[in-house]
Amino acid sequence: MAILIFYIIIFVAAFYIVKIATSFTKSQDDFTSLKTVTFGDESAVSPNRAASIISVIAIFAIWAAFTGSKLIPIHVPGPFIGELSFSYTAMNSSGETDDADVTITVYDVQSGVIPDVLDIEPGTGFALNDTAQIITYRSGLIKVQKNDVGGKDKDYKVVAVNGQEISPETEIFVDNARIYMTRKGTLSVTPEKGWQMQPVWLPSPETVWSRLVKVGSEGYKNFTLWEHLGWSLIRVVVGFLAGAIIGIPLGYAMGLSGWFRGWFDPIVEFMRPVPPLALIPLVIIWFGIGEQGKIILLFLASLWIMTISARAGVSGVKISKIHAAYSLGASKWQIMRLVIVPNSLPEIFTGARVSMGVCWGTVVAAELVAAQKGAGMMIINASKFQMTDLVIMGIVLIGVIGYAIDILMRISENYLVPWKGK
Amino acid sequence: MKGLSINNISMRFDLKNGSSVQALKDVSLDIDEGQIITVLGPSGCGKTTLLNIVAGFLAPTEGKVVLNDEVVQGPGAERGMVFQQGALFEWMNVRSNVAFGPRMKGMPKSEQEEKVKHLLEIVGLADFEDKAVYELSGGMQQRVALARCLANDPDVILMDEPLGALDALTREKMQGLVLKLWKETGKTIILITHSVEEAVLLGERLLVLAPRPGRIHKEYKLPFAEMGVNMDLREVKKSDGYTETRDEILSIIWEMEEEIMGRAEEN
Repeated sequence: MAILIFYIIIFVAAFYIVKIATSFTKSQDDFTSLKTVTFGDESAVSPNRAASIISVIAIFAIWAAFTGSKLIPIHVPGPFIGELSFSYTAMNSSGETDDADVTITVYDVQSGVIPDVLDIEPGTGFALNDTAQIITYRSGLIKVQKNDVGGKDKDYKVVAVNGQEISPETEIFVDNARIYMTRKGTLSVTPEKGWQMQPVWLPSPETVWSRLVKVGSEGYKNFTLWEHLGWSLIRVVVGFLAGAIIGIPLGYAMGLSGWFRGWFDPIVEFMRPVPPLALIPLVIIWFGIGEQGKIILLFLASLWIMTISARAGVSGVKISKIHAAYSLGASKWQIMRLVIVPNSLPEIFTGARVSMGVCWGTVVAAELVAAQKGAGMMIINASKFQMTDLVIMGIVLIGVIGYAIDILMRISENYLVPWKGK
Repeated sequence: MKGLSINNISMRFDLKNGSSVQALKDVSLDIDEGQIITVLGPSGCGKTTLLNIVAGFLAPTEGKVVLNDEVVQGPGAERGMVFQQGALFEWMNVRSNVAFGPRMKGMPKSEQEEKVKHLLEIVGLADFEDKAVYELSGGMQQRVALARCLANDPDVILMDEPLGALDALTREKMQGLVLKLWKETGKTIILITHSVEEAVLLGERLLVLAPRPGRIHKEYKLPFAEMGVNMDLREVKKSDGYTETRDEILSIIWEMEEEIMGRAEEN
């Protein structure tokens, strides 16, 4: 919640700052800036590059601020580390009261340094001073009565902390900690946790980076990082190609022959809405958890998409183009090769882009279920060991690769079908 | 016998709701080699059906089309077609589009090249060989379509509203080009149009079709196409008889359209 509010504040603040900053620079008199109606005119809306840059920086800044990263100087308050102390008042069986101090050392176990036990004076009276150690983000039960004179008596109890009265199942706040009394009368001390995330939930950016460097050089679970990612990619490419090699001719056949269309329509229309992930159990039962099963799964994921896009490509041929080719003396085969196939390329490319995206998502999911190597296997395995930094690293890499695939497909589309949309 | 002859063509087809449509009824027409004929009629009179039958894309239910003593059975290279926009192949440049027909015949590359150059010069698109067709304006695209059709050296050129999508100025220029090509190549041309003016200007013979069933209502023999070969089309429009003919045909078409509207209201 705090993060969301923080994010909205940054969003609004950045908007006004950029607005004020750009108001000093001379505005360009391009055509769009002369339009008076821009609200609702899609062509007048172009992404504000400053906003994009700030957006990315903001995500990293918030990430860093909430994880206590060393990358930025400003952080949200972290967990309390150091010594905290409070006093308590105990009442013994004869109704007398006495005060004693408790000193607690709160330390960060990640730092690897465990502080020495404090040496303290026991103090006077029947209630004696105590010390304890608590790890950050944890809470500790402090049995303050244990060393007190007569502390094991049934009627001996703690009645106040720092002068504030406390009874079982109530809590009070002292400096840097929350103290809760359990039903049996023991104090449970929770040092201030601050707003930062625990590394096990969200590690800092540099931890993720150093994990990337480490896994990049040492590998993970018997395979290098590049083998993990490469195997995922190979599965996607092989599965996608298999789907395209079968799907495109099938789509053409469905677009050109009534018998093919009638025969395969029910199959394609039925299989298309079935998410490939739902096929994983069946594929594992039939083909096992090896490469064969995964490639067949990806094949099925891309097959229907490629079939439908090829069919749509054939149906999209303007009849006048076909007629023109016939009256120019072309044979069926020539029309197929020179008119139908090139005309369907834009549709097939759209299908291929969608299909690659689906395949990439499916391969990661399939590897989550069972794999020896692969990006998905890497992150599911890391999550079992609570290596959140590796999980986040894996997710980022999966996203980057997915994005790169899409960009590659778009570039090759622009190169191979320049007439698309014209 | 040289020339194109359309013998007693009838065309009827069943609709899904059980009724049937008589698109054409008993249409007969003899066209000598080298004639240019324009076909005019209200929408739904079967102009395009007639052209598709001549092109061989549709089989008539009765009658036959004979070209140079051969009965038309299907589409063929001796009957070239020019469509309204959008029939060029976007994935090919101008050269490959124009060379498409010769390439289908297996003409050697160098000859194709020569032919393309020559034809593009005739249609006024010299040096545009390497342009992509989607880079050209609508008028230029239709010039390419004309060149592509001529490259195949067909006996008959069938034009299905080839200038319909062009703006008025471009259209006028293209009408001049059609007449020039007709004279230079001596091809038989059948041109379908919606524009009465275009039909009167370009047709040596002008056929007015009547709807339901599609049939030839009236035929005119006109001098304007011959005049337009050597004269500016705007001058032709000022010549004797042009305005009268145009208005007469316009009123015929109007009458037919009114009748169609009336029938639609009755239903």
